[in-house]
Amino acid sequence: MNLDLRIPMGLMFLIVGAMMALFGLFTRGSAIYERSAGMNINLIWGAVMLVFGLAMFLLGRTSDRRAAGKPIEGTNRPLGGRGMGH
Amino acid sequence: MNLTIIDWLIMLLYFAFVLGIGFALKRFMKTSKDFFQAGRSLPAWICGLAFISANLGAQEVIGMGASGAKYGIATSHFYWIGAIPAMIFVGVFMMPFYYGSKARSVPEFLRLRFDEKTRAYNACSFAVMTVFSSGISMYAMARLIQTLHIFDSLFLKFGLPLGWIFHLAIVISAAIVLGYIFLGGLTSAIYNEVLQFFLIVAGFLPLVWIGLKNVGGWSGLKAALPVAYTHSWRGMTNAQNNPLGVEWFGLSMGLAFVLSFGYWCTDFLVIQTAMASDSEESARRVPLIAAVPKMFFPFLVILPGLIAVATPAITQHAMMQSAPTLNASAPPATANDLSDPAKYSRGLIPPKVNPVTGRVMTDERGTPLLDYDLAIPNMLLHFFPTGILGLGLTALLASFMSGMAGNVTAFNTVWTYDLYQSYIHKNASDSHYLKMGRWATVGGILLSMATAYAATSFNNIMDTLQLVFSFVNAPLFATFLLGMFWKRTTGHAAFTGLVSGTVAAVVHHGLTLPADARPGIHGGWITVLHSYPSQMAQNFWTAIWAFSTNFILTVIISLMTKPREESELVGLVYSLTPKPVEHHMAWYARPKIIAVGLIAMLIALNLIFR
Repeated sequence: MNLDLRIPMGLMFLIVGAMMALFGLFTRGSAIYERSAGMNINLIWGAVMLVFGLAMFLLGRTSDRRAAGKPIEGTNRPLGGRGMGH
Repeated sequence: MNLTIIDWLIMLLYFAFVLGIGFALKRFMKTSKDFFQAGRSLPAWICGLAFISANLGAQEVIGMGASGAKYGIATSHFYWIGAIPAMIFVGVFMMPFYYGSKARSVPEFLRLRFDEKTRAYNACSFAVMTVFSSGISMYAMARLIQTLHIFDSLFLKFGLPLGWIFHLAIVISAAIVLGYIFLGGLTSAIYNEVLQFFLIVAGFLPLVWIGLKNVGGWSGLKAALPVAYTHSWRGMTNAQNNPLGVEWFGLSMGLAFVLSFGYWCTDFLVIQTAMASDSEESARRVPLIAAVPKMFFPFLVILPGLIAVATPAITQHAMMQSAPTLNASAPPATANDLSDPAKYSRGLIPPKVNPVTGRVMTDERGTPLLDYDLAIPNMLLHFFPTGILGLGLTALLASFMSGMAGNVTAFNTVWTYDLYQSYIHKNASDSHYLKMGRWATVGGILLSMATAYAATSFNNIMDTLQLVFSFVNAPLFATFLLGMFWKRTTGHAAFTGLVSGTVAAVVHHGLTLPADARPGIHGGWITVLHSYPSQMAQNFWTAIWAFSTNFILTVIISLMTKPREESELVGLVYSLTPKPVEHHMAWYARPKIIAVGLIAMLIALNLIFR
């Protein structure tokens, strides 16, 4: 299979994490955080998800590039332009 | 519920990615093998996470939180001794036969090992069960969306009648699951199951964190709860002394051996993910990889239930005011006690309210019943501010969908390979079966929707269906165990044993009754010969009877019938198959070494939470 799951999954966590962290940044000190034991959980957890998503995305991209650089079995052609970055 | 734009954005983003993955995979679906078996090319870690995710459907997440609130940490037996040993067994011993035999499904393995009738029986019962389970999942999701009033504000804004929420929930979930399976087949289902796994962790981990912090950490939780809640083995010597109402023998034989091995080692719903991996070595590692997160899942899905009970009532009243939607369906309190639901709640668990009269429902002794199924949803509403609330709800919805998706992919494979190709249309071209698989997906989803609607008009159809499933599943493991490890087992014996095992389960259910239940759906509909302390004990013993009947009959009939030639059984029976070699792998990658490590961790966890 040629689609590395880590790329779309990483992207999703990256975007959701960034959204939550930004939202948390703008709502610092807001009364909504009384529920979550006073922690700005959007900012904290958004950042955690952002880092996780970024790591997944980069891992997926690296292995995708490596696979694309490898020649097709029996020839010395590389696997074409797929996965060579965006 | 006060959802804001950011919650909706997170939810929408998730659905966009789910469908996007389906579209991205569409171009790789060239043969039926790509569609039904993910081309047998996925890495072990992806299949491993999908392996537990496929089982982590709605009933699982909501149900485990509910049992956590009801029974305490003893619920983790369902995860620890109720899953891990079976997962180790299927990985180390059974996977070489499933993967190595080149069977494309579990019923097909039964045909290779036994005969056509055993396969047909298993394929038919399995196909029916998957369709119904996915329908039940769909129904549960639509009901939860209704109860939590997730779409209410949206509907009110657009002036739509609130009665449509149920239909909308069913149609949207069906359309999304259909979309991504139709496009990307099993690969798409597996990818989304992995996505869902990480989402559940991301959504529930902060919940446990905030919840624990709020009750004063683990020690605070222990102090707030009865002692049996935080000890998983206390009182197990006697059924009367522990909350589950089961003694250690029923628990270890019924749950840990018969039911859990029957599920994890034979159910194509989970086995299909392992069979999609890229090599036999990976396939063996899949359940072992899955066992690691499985072991720690109690802390993610059961612990919230305990925290929900322990969360002090003072904060809870504060929440009731800030989130009045929780009991918005109840009419204002009157002089009558039972019509004021707020009085009877326990921690965050509200009492069950009769939707017609608005009064608290009670059991035969007049004790109010609690709606434990709301433990996890109420935890989300109580502790999550807007923003992360969207994430938590998305995780919950994702779990419902992937519960459906696993069933649907198992259904389309068994239907196409084991029923359509075998009995209806043999020798068609591969592209014909690929097309058939796509349409079987559509058919499976439509049947699930029909089941979901049937569940709305017949009150106890869900209980009845689950009961019937348990009758069919209970004896299964004996057939596989004998088939794989005793070369003498014959097809006639396997078939007769399987059918009589199911009959034994039905008869046992008809003759026994859990304490304080009336004869009927709970048992005793023939006559009551024996009474069990709890329904769980009855379930476990039904399984033990079904298994033993199947095992004994299969052995006796095998000895009386003619066995197959040994040469035909190579690759299907343990003693006639070359053992998988492990010494070329790094030591940490060898299935047997991983298995030993897992057992050590399991024992340690049971000692810590004894």
